[in-house]
Amino acid sequence: MNIVVPIKMVPDLVEELVIDASGARLEPDALRLKLNEFDDHAIEQAILLKEKGAGQVSVVAPDIEGVDDALFTAAAKGADRLIKLTGNWNNGVNNHALARVFANFIKTLRPELILTGVQAHNDLDGAVGPQLAEHLGMAYVGYVSGVIISDKAQVRKEFPGGLIAEMQVALPAVLGIQAAEKPPRYVPISKVRAVMKTAKIETFPAMELETAGAPLSVRLFQPETGTRATMLAGDADTVATRLVEIFKERGVL
Amino acid sequence: MNQDIYVVVEHLREQVMDISYVMLAAARVLAHATGGEVIALLLGHDVATLARDLAADRVLYVEHAAFADFSSDAYQRTLERWLKERMPRAMLFGDTTMGGDVAAWLSTHLALPLVSACRTVRADGGVLKFVSQICGGKLMAEGDLAAPTALVLMVPGGFKPEQGRAAQPPELVRANAPALNDLRVTVKDYVEPAVGDVDVSKETVLVSIGRGIQNQDNVELAEELAKALGGVVAGSRPVIDQGWLAPTRLVGKSGKAVKPKLYLALGVSGAPEHVEAIGDSEMIIAINTDPAAPIFDLAKFGAQIDMLDLLPALTEKVQQAKGLA
Repeated sequence: MNIVVPIKMVPDLVEELVIDASGARLEPDALRLKLNEFDDHAIEQAILLKEKGAGQVSVVAPDIEGVDDALFTAAAKGADRLIKLTGNWNNGVNNHALARVFANFIKTLRPELILTGVQAHNDLDGAVGPQLAEHLGMAYVGYVSGVIISDKAQVRKEFPGGLIAEMQVALPAVLGIQAAEKPPRYVPISKVRAVMKTAKIETFPAMELETAGAPLSVRLFQPETGTRATMLAGDADTVATRLVEIFKERGVL
Repeated sequence: MNQDIYVVVEHLREQVMDISYVMLAAARVLAHATGGEVIALLLGHDVATLARDLAADRVLYVEHAAFADFSSDAYQRTLERWLKERMPRAMLFGDTTMGGDVAAWLSTHLALPLVSACRTVRADGGVLKFVSQICGGKLMAEGDLAAPTALVLMVPGGFKPEQGRAAQPPELVRANAPALNDLRVTVKDYVEPAVGDVDVSKETVLVSIGRGIQNQDNVELAEELAKALGGVVAGSRPVIDQGWLAPTRLVGKSGKAVKPKLYLALGVSGAPEHVEAIGDSEMIIAINTDPAAPIFDLAKFGAQIDMLDLLPALTEKVQQAKGLA
């Protein structure tokens, strides 16, 4: 079986998010990107399926900063093909454009199954998965936390409150992965480095970006901080002493 | 094209989800500006009674056996028709496990603009505006809901569910479903949430751990504190997805909503999916190394220190206070 995993990079939230002068996007120079963590789960789920005997895993990504590391890490985990789509990604891109680019390329791979992160924290125009499914005429199920493949896909879909539905999905299909059956495996840097010497990243040109479908005239701003927490100063010991006082005042202790 | 605002009612196992009432409240704000009506779309099987407290001018009830369970395929096909025929000014969906499977597909299929993570809506001089919360709650995005028809995926927080509940049952209009055979997506069975473990929604003291716990070995430190406080350990999504805590301990969008006397958030950033489930806590105390963590906006007290430094010190002092040590 041919499994394709489209991934995207998102701002690392550990860094401060700086809005640029236009107010419509984040300052590229101040931005550190990392792999969308749900995409990391999608990669893991694809490799778990491969290990159960299901074919080849291709990981596809837009050619932006930091993506080589993400692709080589996927290879170290067991991905077979690493693919970068080159294009004018500099001005940022919305999910409508990204889904069109992915669909246009991925159809040439003729996948039976596409696994991608159910969402990303910077999604402002819906997730990539369902859009990709529409472009390719495939069924879509999101919030998936387990996949079994036969002639159809059997998936576990999460509902609120911990309820899980066991669903049947006709193939080919796109699945939005919430969590892989097992947590994404750890690969040591040394293994990634070794893979970098042998694995090859293939590049293909992306189609022209077509951004229609996302909201227009967007203005970004930092959330207003209403009543912020009263901050307790000092080291761990001082804070712990103060917290015990608060617990007593509030009748917790 | 018309000026009505449509709300796709989310329901699961004969219960209307709170997000549906949140959307009805938002729809009322928009309909007030456009001069249109609020129309609730209820797709279901034998659930007409769910319409009784929906604050809508009218409920369109589409009855079909295919709606007994949620199928993205069945929803997509049905809503596609309503959008094409009615062209409402906006259609609202929950940015949830259900709406998320449907709205983005419709946006692409019908070339309609879509905004997700929408927290509030308002009208500004006749222009309909959205405000979304993205990047784990660290960034807001404001923009226009484009005409003629905008699709909106809504999150809780901007409107209270009570604002979307009606005292009087609304008018109910039955409508036909399109052909829904050969569905590509069907529910075969449900797996109930695990029982036997503690119910975090009923606990009075929760020691909640997030990404800051770093690894599974450290979970024990949180367990010790919880034990000393007479509470239990809960967690946010990353901790559950790593398998460090059982899914029953998940607090947030796809887990439980909680209302403890004390919610001690340790290394929890406060992403919107988590925050929506802890708002009813009597007191939130947040410990995080990131001064910009959104959790500090919700907490009564906070400290910018490493939770792993605090845990042993706090456990010891709590034990001393209780005369245990």
